[in-house]
Amino acid sequence: MREVYVAGIGITSFTRLEYPLVEIAAYPGLMALRDSGLKKIDQLYVANMGSGRVNGQTGLASAVVDHLSLTPAGAVTIENGPASGASAIKEGFMAVASGMHDVVMVIGAERMREVNQLEATDFVATLTHPLAEYIYGVTLPSLAGMFARLYMEKYGVTSRHLAMVAVKNHHNAMDNFYAHLHEEITLEGILDSPEASTNNPYVADPLRFYDMCPVSDGGACLILVSADVMKKLNKPMIRLAGIGQATDTHAVHERKDPTYLFAVREAAKKSFAMAGVKPEDVDVAELHDAFTILEIAESEEVGFFKKGEGHIALEKGETKIGGKIPINPSGGLKAKGHPVGATGVGQAHEIVLQLRGEAKKRQVKNAKIGFTCNFGGFGNNVVCLTFIKEK
Amino acid sequence: MSIDLEKILRPVDMVLPEFPAKYMTLSNGQEMVVRQVNRDEIPDILPHVEKLMHVERDYYHIVAARVYAELLAYYTYRVQDEYVLAAQVDGEIVAVVNGRIVNPDIGMSFHTLSMRRGLRVGAHAFAAKMEYHMDILKQKEVLIVAESPIGFRRWMIEYKLEKRFHIPHELGGCPSWSLTRNLFDNARNTLVVGRRPVPEKLLAKAHDAILPPTDPPKPPEDLLAATRSMLDNTGTSLIDMRRKLGGM
Ligand SMILES: CC(C)(COP(=O)(O)OP(=O)(O)OC[C@H]1O[C@@H](n2cnc3c(N)ncnc32)[C@H](O)[C@@H]1OP(=O)(O)O)[C@@H](O)C(=O)NCCC(=O)NCCS
Repeated sequence: MREVYVAGIGITSFTRLEYPLVEIAAYPGLMALRDSGLKKIDQLYVANMGSGRVNGQTGLASAVVDHLSLTPAGAVTIENGPASGASAIKEGFMAVASGMHDVVMVIGAERMREVNQLEATDFVATLTHPLAEYIYGVTLPSLAGMFARLYMEKYGVTSRHLAMVAVKNHHNAMDNFYAHLHEEITLEGILDSPEASTNNPYVADPLRFYDMCPVSDGGACLILVSADVMKKLNKPMIRLAGIGQATDTHAVHERKDPTYLFAVREAAKKSFAMAGVKPEDVDVAELHDAFTILEIAESEEVGFFKKGEGHIALEKGETKIGGKIPINPSGGLKAKGHPVGATGVGQAHEIVLQLRGEAKKRQVKNAKIGFTCNFGGFGNNVVCLTFIKEK
Repeated sequence: MSIDLEKILRPVDMVLPEFPAKYMTLSNGQEMVVRQVNRDEIPDILPHVEKLMHVERDYYHIVAARVYAELLAYYTYRVQDEYVLAAQVDGEIVAVVNGRIVNPDIGMSFHTLSMRRGLRVGAHAFAAKMEYHMDILKQKEVLIVAESPIGFRRWMIEYKLEKRFHIPHELGGCPSWSLTRNLFDNARNTLVVGRRPVPEKLLAKAHDAILPPTDPPKPPEDLLAATRSMLDNTGTSLIDMRRKLGGM
């Protein structure tokens, strides 16, 4: 296999964007071309989860490649639930690593705010088991609520720990221009004050409003290239060194112990093994915190902390910028936002910024190894990426 | 004999009891005061509402245009029995709500406009407005409409409002919904918050000056303009940009 590098990156604000989906996808693509200095690509992958249903548009990659005037490059749309983004990066990696292509553009884009929040929640719920979950009214927040309840009972996680994740990630997002939410929140405001239960009502007990990611539009892009192309660009050498993907039962209740996210564990293990690093080598990570409980659970499953001890590390401030392993310096899905199909690419965008040393105020010092976990379904399809900065 | 036409044009206002100011802690830990504003404070609010008329997202433009007209009408004595409440954080205006009294039993909710997003300031201000109708004016019901999906979620869904589709609302548009005393009592513990009396310093700061919102809703980003200016400093067209990228 050839080695694969990140030559260019681009992103839109993750927020409500009043633009056609094609524009939302094209903009980060143009930014990434400009960032890389490249003008042509061999292949485009566009990650998207809901354009057929939410925006009434199929064949998105064909539209985007033309919009960018990048024809006749190949173009493929990748739909793999909320893990579409990292799945598309995996495809891009394989295309370059195999020697088939030298320059591959991977875009993730989603426009969820075209429909109202109720429809958006329902659209995302279609990834659940159609007969065992969806028809009974299961939504992602409800699964996360049940998961959080089990986690609390088994490991002693409390509402305060969940709120601490939200406070940290809202804080990180303050320094991220592209983040959806730019408001600090405090434990007093969302947990302790007499008004806290109105400010932060239950959505899916025990999860409250601030435990949830917002519904966002947005796009992000990575350009992946071979070593030969990369050397000519005079850019920091950020190598996509490890990729791991794993799956689990479609329906959550079929798992022996639903508090174990086996697909996360397995995907992370594969990704680290391929990159030849260990979890303790990682300097900065972006984990899929669509719900605050997931940041805690994933931080354990990927190997940063022992099972059941993620919340203790959080308490000690180990996951803050400046801590032992900063998690979600971008604000994470919680505050940076979660345009589902774009999220995995957005996570990689943040890690590349961090490894390049271009993350400004939220820069993790001397970051050399970065990691992402893109969580599809309710943990039934997970893709983890490891990036290494080379000298 | 001289006729004072202005007197004829002005409505005969009832004397309305004052809304007793209250305060609450927001999610960000800051304290927000909700208080009634006097007629002579309206000119201090109008410029901040005016700016939102140009924000073409989330129905800010239409709601701001209407609020502007309603506040102006109140200021110039052209609407009967209107009241205006403002929400302030450190003097900064973050939301404005208004309404009218139709008769002793029925209130007419006009608008809720939040000038800072993501802190539920609009919902808190709306709750204060309902409290005014129910607890201070002792009315039986308030007629309400929504002009935006988030408004619909905040009022019709959160308060479980009842339909009053046969009664036209003064704002026109969609049919009326109603907050009854019963519904308000049901929502009291979960949606209607705030403490009284407001600490003196906090209240004085709010009365001191109505300061402009520091982070008001902004018009959507122009993605293409941003892209163009990045790729082509002369700002010519997308086509030119495409050609430069070698696509045409
Ligand atoms: C309706 C209105 C008054 C409600 O105000 P509010 O109670 O303060 O609530 P907000 O509008 O700030 O709530 C939405 C915001 O919550 C935040 N939010 C949403 N999900 C969130 C989450 N999971 N975590 C944290 N914050 C979140 C976001 O900032 C969101 O803003 P966005 O839509 O730009 O993404 C206000 O939206 C408004 O003034 N709208 C325009 C005028 C209007 O429609 N008035 C009502 C006419 S009926």
